Amino acid sequence: MTTSKGHIGQSHRRENALRHLAGRGRFVTDLVLPRMLHAAFVRSPMAKGKIVELDVSDAAAASGVVRVFTAETLNDMCAPWTGVLDHFAGMQSGAQNLLAEKEVLWAGHPVVMILAHSRAEAEDACELVMLDIEDEDAVVDGEAALAGGSPLAAEGLDSNLCFQTVLKTPGLDEAFSSAAHVVEGNFTFGRHTAVSLEPRAIVADFDPSTGQLNVHQGTQTPYQFQDVYSRHFGLPEGKVRVIAPDVGGSFGMKLHVYHEEMATVAASLKLGRPVRFVADRLESFLSDIHARDHRVKARMALDSNGGILAMDVDDMTQIGAFSSYPRTSVAEGNQVIRLMGAPYQMPDYRGRLSVVFQNKVQTSQYRAVGHPIACAVTEALVDLAAEELGLDPFEMRQRNLVADDAYPYVSATGYQFEKLSHQASLAKLRDLMGYDALRQEQATLRTQGIYRGIGIAPFVEITNPGATFYGVGGARISAQDGAVVRLTPAGDVYCAISVTEQGQGTETIIAQVIADQLGVTPDQVKVSTGDTDTTPSGGATWACRGAGIGGETALRAGRKLQEQILTLAAAILQTDPTLLSLANGAVVDTATQHERITLAEIGRIATYRPDTLPKGCDHSLTVAQHYAPTGYPFDFTNGIQASYVEVDIETGVTRLLKHWVVEDCGRIINPLLVDEQIRGGVVQGLGPAFFEECLYDDMGQMVNASLADYLVPMAGEMPDIEIAHIETPTLDTILGAKGVGEAGTAAAGAAAMNAVNDALRPTGARVSQTPMTPMRILTALGHL
Amino acid sequence: MKTDINFTVNGEAVREAIEPRTSLADVLRDNLSLTGTHLGCEMGACGACLVLLDGAPVHACLVLAVQVAGQKIETIEGLNNSGLVADLQEQFHDRNALQCGFCTSGMLMSAHALLSQNSMPSRPEIRDALSGNYCRCTGYEAIVDAISATAERRSKIVEGVQ
Repeated sequence: MTTSKGHIGQSHRRENALRHLAGRGRFVTDLVLPRMLHAAFVRSPMAKGKIVELDVSDAAAASGVVRVFTAETLNDMCAPWTGVLDHFAGMQSGAQNLLAEKEVLWAGHPVVMILAHSRAEAEDACELVMLDIEDEDAVVDGEAALAGGSPLAAEGLDSNLCFQTVLKTPGLDEAFSSAAHVVEGNFTFGRHTAVSLEPRAIVADFDPSTGQLNVHQGTQTPYQFQDVYSRHFGLPEGKVRVIAPDVGGSFGMKLHVYHEEMATVAASLKLGRPVRFVADRLESFLSDIHARDHRVKARMALDSNGGILAMDVDDMTQIGAFSSYPRTSVAEGNQVIRLMGAPYQMPDYRGRLSVVFQNKVQTSQYRAVGHPIACAVTEALVDLAAEELGLDPFEMRQRNLVADDAYPYVSATGYQFEKLSHQASLAKLRDLMGYDALRQEQATLRTQGIYRGIGIAPFVEITNPGATFYGVGGARISAQDGAVVRLTPAGDVYCAISVTEQGQGTETIIAQVIADQLGVTPDQVKVSTGDTDTTPSGGATWACRGAGIGGETALRAGRKLQEQILTLAAAILQTDPTLLSLANGAVVDTATQHERITLAEIGRIATYRPDTLPKGCDHSLTVAQHYAPTGYPFDFTNGIQASYVEVDIETGVTRLLKHWVVEDCGRIINPLLVDEQIRGGVVQGLGPAFFEECLYDDMGQMVNASLADYLVPMAGEMPDIEIAHIETPTLDTILGAKGVGEAGTAAAGAAAMNAVNDALRPTGARVSQTPMTPMRILTALGHL
Repeated sequence: MKTDINFTVNGEAVREAIEPRTSLADVLRDNLSLTGTHLGCEMGACGACLVLLDGAPVHACLVLAVQVAGQKIETIEGLNNSGLVADLQEQFHDRNALQCGFCTSGMLMSAHALLSQNSMPSRPEIRDALSGNYCRCTGYEAIVDAISATAERRSKIVEGVQ
């Protein structure tokens, strides 16, 4: 019945960008509540040890201090949390609580919480705490952690192995024994972290007179936190409201449960007044989740034509002292071993995953969970194979990428692909980047001693996760989303939806989708997000579900309301609803498109003159819709990236010259926003490929925990990024949209690593560790 | 021990009693509720807190409030109200040169300062001028595009007038 009114697919600008441009953003960091206290934490200065003495009496007496909490005085407020999931059979992790009890498990582990009238006073008082820790040997390196006789990362573990699993097809051994070629490599991926520009921020506000807890939190997932606070603090869910206003970047980092946020809620419950915690940048480095930290040993078997027969992969990932909650720190490694070789026709596979504890900050889900590692390893091996067989990298991919007419297709690791467009993407990329001319330029410059390299990397991205992602493992993470859409008495449209906005443009695309269903313009649709009291419950924004699941929810809600409006209009107009449709803010005659009655008039009659309607006529003009994916367990998108770099082989410095992306996210709702998601994603992939790394010393101290020492990509270092699209909508939904947030990050580093190694090829040097720092490149060149 | 300081913020005379250790950023945000100035690192690296001090961009997190006594501060709120950056804001909006918006105030400050000194900067010059501003969302390109487009538009307006 509904046809598109043409807003889906258009580059609408974001209305909510206007307030940011005016300096009128509304971040948690900006919130001031009456009688609000400020929290600061005393943290463990060492990676592992026993607390032998803790004296907070001087701190408690300090100027401005209202209360000092330790584990003894605060932890009983909260039921401990344990980051394990049932479907990761045999996984273990210690239970976590608000403040460290008896032992400290990483440098930065919060031990004491101080509440004062200002953050400065709270910090001053932190200096007065007497904390004596008996230093113990920290477990720093993952391989050492697994060796016999290694100390345990935490008491109560039966070993430092959090989880281990093996995926294997029956033909693996035969594939390798019959292979004409085998290529292999060892890869190391550095730890890095999100560095959201707004650090984690929370204001917890418990009112003892009503029993209501309001939590203002910079998070992606307000419903998840409503559930967590309700269960762990023993509060009725209806008395917990989580409000996520503007959020200054999140990238997966702001959906995990952290000690400081939980302690802030506990403190507000204890004191019955608002408590604020905003991490400073040092604290962010010492407590935000880190990501990656993988070591991968991998080999690939090929036939004599360069056809990929199998991969054999061993991934060891180091996750810190605990598995994070509620999603676990195993999810990334799990995705690494399942995404290996994903773009290719590859009959056989063996992947072993070992997840290891160590005394460092927890690692967990960050943008493009596992994708960059699987992609970098796969693509490095494919390039090695091409080199061995004397094939051009494009030719090598063309021979092996799953054909565009081969779907549905099941990967050797068990992923079910509905429909991808690898071959078309490959061809499009070749044109987009002007591949042949670049190769010529590269050869010419090589004769002048200039080392440039071209690298390509196809990828598969997981989006639109259903309940099999976390729900089956027992995690209370919503697989569905919800929307309430209503027509106001003035004929405007209002939508409250559970998917959240962190700048991706969620509110804009939802407005576009609904506008098309109701025959209005997106600026007539007001969308609200991020408040558990005023929007229906749902999973919110993570793993690329905003457009695919949130958008579909909005579409279905919009259609429901459309039906209601048309039924009501038909009653008013005394005609058949099937003869009517919505356009230009009015009910129109479908055949002639002539206006019959405006939405404003419908709103007026339904609201102020329902007495004039036929008896029993539904005039509610408000609909609710929830939606969870029911088709494939996940949607997959695909694409390919290319990187063009120049390596100075005297200094080891790499200059990024250009980057290209061809991407297929299904139905594109807003090209402007999609392109900027991809560009931002590419930079978050290039950052860890060249700059970003959380460096630790042998004692488990993070040694570059400041923005002066931890290198975030800057404008001057980043290349221009050209983007092209292919659209293969998913048939699982009416909307057909998949996700796009991880695509840029998924393959940028892989393309860059291939490009650097292409530049280095004449020297015989290879780099297989990220970040590819000048030092590591010089080491590979034998200059160091 | 608090001390009184007088200074001008967005053209308005301000008198505040503050501790000498208080940063300009904290006074703007906490005392004056001018929350458009953001704090991302509090060590002068990220650029989210840039404000204009007598016309020059400075990190409000690195300036002690007592240092600005008698001087003129312009924050994003002031620039917004004056309309001086309206064309920049429009280009940022058109190009979606912001996502979460946390870096945006600082980006506009840097862009405004750059265009005040160099009316037709090249793309490398723009990228260089943004070397004190971190953005984690956009990949920078849209920001560079927006600044470049503003420069071009302004130059056309100047030509048109002449």
